[in-house]
Amino acid sequence: MATDSSMVDPLAEGEPAPPVAAPGDRRRLSKWRLYSRRFARNRPAVAGVVIFVLLVAFALLGPLFARYDHVELDFLALSDPPSPEHWFGTNNAGNDLYAMVVVGLQRSLLIAVVVATGTTILSAVIGTAAAYFGGRVERVSLFVIHFLMVAPTFLLLAMMSNDSGGDWRVIALVLILVSWFFQARTIWTLSLSLREREFVHAARYMGVPGMRIVLRHLIPNIGSLLVINFTLGVVGAVMAETGLSFLGFGVKLPDVSLGSLIGIGSSSISSAPWMFYFPAAALTLLTVSMALVADGLRDALDPTSAAGGRA
Amino acid sequence: MTTPVLSVRDLTVSFPSEAGRVDAVRGVSFDVGQGRTLGIVGESGSGKSVTSLAVMGLLDDNARVGGSVMFEGQELLGRTDAQMSKIRGNGISMIFQDPLTSLTPVFSVGDQIVEALTIHDARLSRRAAWDRAVELLRLVGIPRPQERVKSFPHEFSGGMRQRVVIAIAMANNPRLIIADEPTTALDVTIQAQILDLIKTAQRETGAAVMMITHDMGVVANIADDVIVMYAGRPIEQAPVDTLFADTRMPYSIGLLGAIPRVDKSEKRPLVPIKGSPPLLVDLPDACPFAARCPIVTDACLTAEPELVAVGGHADHRAACVRAEEIRAGRLGDDPVYPVPEVPASTLETVPRELRKPTLEVENLTKTFPLLKGSFRKKKVGEVHAVKGVSFDIREGETMAIVGESGSGKTTTLLQIMDFAAQDDGDIRIVGTSVADLQGGRAERELRRDVQIVFQDPVGSLDPRMTVFDVVAEPLRTVGMPAADVGPRVDELMDLVGLDPAHSDRFPAAFSGGQRQRIGIARALATNPKLVVLDEPVSALDVSVQAGVINLLDELKVRLGLSYLFVAHDLSVVRHIADRVAVMYLGSFVEHGDVDAVFDDPQHPYTEALLSAIPVPDPVVERGREHIVLTGDLPSPTDTITGCAFVSRCPLFQTLDENERVACETKVPALSGRTGVHVNACHHR
Repeated sequence: MATDSSMVDPLAEGEPAPPVAAPGDRRRLSKWRLYSRRFARNRPAVAGVVIFVLLVAFALLGPLFARYDHVELDFLALSDPPSPEHWFGTNNAGNDLYAMVVVGLQRSLLIAVVVATGTTILSAVIGTAAAYFGGRVERVSLFVIHFLMVAPTFLLLAMMSNDSGGDWRVIALVLILVSWFFQARTIWTLSLSLREREFVHAARYMGVPGMRIVLRHLIPNIGSLLVINFTLGVVGAVMAETGLSFLGFGVKLPDVSLGSLIGIGSSSISSAPWMFYFPAAALTLLTVSMALVADGLRDALDPTSAAGGRA
Repeated sequence: MTTPVLSVRDLTVSFPSEAGRVDAVRGVSFDVGQGRTLGIVGESGSGKSVTSLAVMGLLDDNARVGGSVMFEGQELLGRTDAQMSKIRGNGISMIFQDPLTSLTPVFSVGDQIVEALTIHDARLSRRAAWDRAVELLRLVGIPRPQERVKSFPHEFSGGMRQRVVIAIAMANNPRLIIADEPTTALDVTIQAQILDLIKTAQRETGAAVMMITHDMGVVANIADDVIVMYAGRPIEQAPVDTLFADTRMPYSIGLLGAIPRVDKSEKRPLVPIKGSPPLLVDLPDACPFAARCPIVTDACLTAEPELVAVGGHADHRAACVRAEEIRAGRLGDDPVYPVPEVPASTLETVPRELRKPTLEVENLTKTFPLLKGSFRKKKVGEVHAVKGVSFDIREGETMAIVGESGSGKTTTLLQIMDFAAQDDGDIRIVGTSVADLQGGRAERELRRDVQIVFQDPVGSLDPRMTVFDVVAEPLRTVGMPAADVGPRVDELMDLVGLDPAHSDRFPAAFSGGQRQRIGIARALATNPKLVVLDEPVSALDVSVQAGVINLLDELKVRLGLSYLFVAHDLSVVRHIADRVAVMYLGSFVEHGDVDAVFDDPQHPYTEALLSAIPVPDPVVERGREHIVLTGDLPSPTDTITGCAFVSRCPLFQTLDENERVACETKVPALSGRTGVHVNACHHR
């Protein structure tokens, strides 16, 4: 090393003070406790979790406080601004916006989390397995990935979701199908170098079965990437669903999502701005909180990050 | 006395960091005179490289540099980058460690030499510059320089590239050449060539040389004066003979005691220096070595000792309060470092033939196909990485395979670890042939008996797993009940000299030597019979290396292990191995008992390999005759009809016509005293 002493990680060299435990109750600090301790040290990340938890609580508990059902029409209050009667106001048909935002948030959260989880798992497993096993597994996976990359997936997406009649489960499934392969390809490239690392060889020479190496060594080592992918997946899924709903392919009335609400609200932003701002605020809070959480997770999981080693 | 070319006074360098200010260099002073060579020795983090970068003005902007650096009477510190550029490559030039990255891949080597010439001399015509480039390449021993000057860096081997780098460094007749570990990345036979070449360059240009290295052998070979650095300060400074003959500072003594010697057969344990260097942040006013020093006294902890003249010689200076008491590495009658005990094995009394074999390899061969074409891969040739290698390892025995990079030693080892079935041979591990393995279960069973330790202590441990999980992984793989795993891991950690309480940390919290111990603990988890060691100490600093070698020695005796040891460092091999095989281009050229091979090398390649290693003793080193091999390893894709070594063989040059025919047409077989010492040379 040319500039060794300047590059030395002060934490890697010496003996960091061990977390002193009483000799009697020496308990092994589990990985997860270590991660959570590091995560908790990161203020914005904790704020993100709080916002996210509040949003989820709002989505789940919101209906308890709602005075109207989201499909119920109040003909005495058409396009009313927020009032004690209708907290978030109403739309031109008399639907209560509070109830609609609660239901829309539920729907969007569900779709986003399902899609992000699905794509992350699918892409991680296929990408790393293709890289680790090589040979036929790799060829077939790459063929499928490359085929999907050139296929007109949006058309596919529009057709299939349109056929579904606005069922959110079908939409979620279709969104997974058209978004996993880009990530899978990135992960495949990354895993190619990971495959040649000595600890992977070491595991193989210990006789650890192939799939367990993939799950235990390869996937955790791309963990921070997966976390980013998951967050972007949440944001991306909400966006995709918004786009679909805006074009009329997505969630259809009477079912609502944040996407369809924003779509409707944006058209009346000058006459009834509340119809745009409330669902848009919910969406922004959702994505911002996820970004903060992702940042904190990445720092906590990454052994080379500044927070590493100290715990 | 004439003014020195370079005069450094009280040089200090510090860097800001999250943990506080890192004082990388803390008061270095030295002079280098014309035609002299100064060796700066130290382990990683001792500040030796930072010192050289500070002289060159190549430090980062955030580094704070203090003191004075006078080059030919001019102060260099405080100059702007533009001003320094006029001096760099002209008055002072530098040779970096890695020849693979210090040349630009997109320009021919001629272009790069011409650039170095014309940038400092605008009046030089292009034609004259090209002529000078060819002349420089000839000077550094590149064959056919007229043609090679147009070649690109990737068309040269590592050793050849380092020659080009030296040619560039010599281009403007510098008065000072700084060489930062110039041979660390190279094989020993190439290292010998390059060291000779640096001496030639020095003779041609009359330059002063600053040689930065961690290798005491290289210092003994090339240096006139030596500075030993520790924790950013010189702790001993002396002419080379004085330093080796009359070492005064415990750290220098430790460094010398920690290296195995290739020229000594006695198997006494190496003397490791315990602990690791201090962090260079907020150092207390005490001797930085005190925590690791075996003869520490209270005076060491009250103030940091100054570098003062010792033994009545003005030019021998040491920074130790007890320097006057220490004579030639001994304090009174006792050595400064207590020699650790290594138990003797009971197996050693059993003759080799009566011990059970743990690994038998018969006619191991590996060829890689050379493929060409973008759509349909067509086989255009073969690389013969390993050609019919046979050997066996008995219980409690260490077999070493040595060779230069590209000789096929790692491939051999990976073939064994892969349990690769052989077409016309066999690999038997503890009596089980790998050809008989049916299914994953039988393979896993056999994997218990053979485990591997890798070279790189950083890469071989999964950074995402705690040390506990790393060591437990082989245990869980063989299906040990969860309740037994915990105690076994503690036992293993204890066995390799680590505190079991630290097993909940991640590998990043451990130093290189400790990580290698974790790797060894993991390999021992399943109670293997055979441990395969792939260059296990080559990535470690010498003081740490000694500790790991002693641990391996001790474990072998205590657990009755067999080792298959692959290394390029012959000194380590001589120390640890019972039997050794020398590999060249995929075959063994010499194989036998370690003392027989090292004391009486038969094959010309072994002779050259042994003579190329610098011995850490300047007197011995000057008296030794180095056989410097010409050229590089031939490409393994070439088909060689006769002996593979012909192209570089010094013996071949002395043979007459009739004797040469055999070398060129017949592949030599291993012959000699079977089982004791065999070699593959027609004429030995």
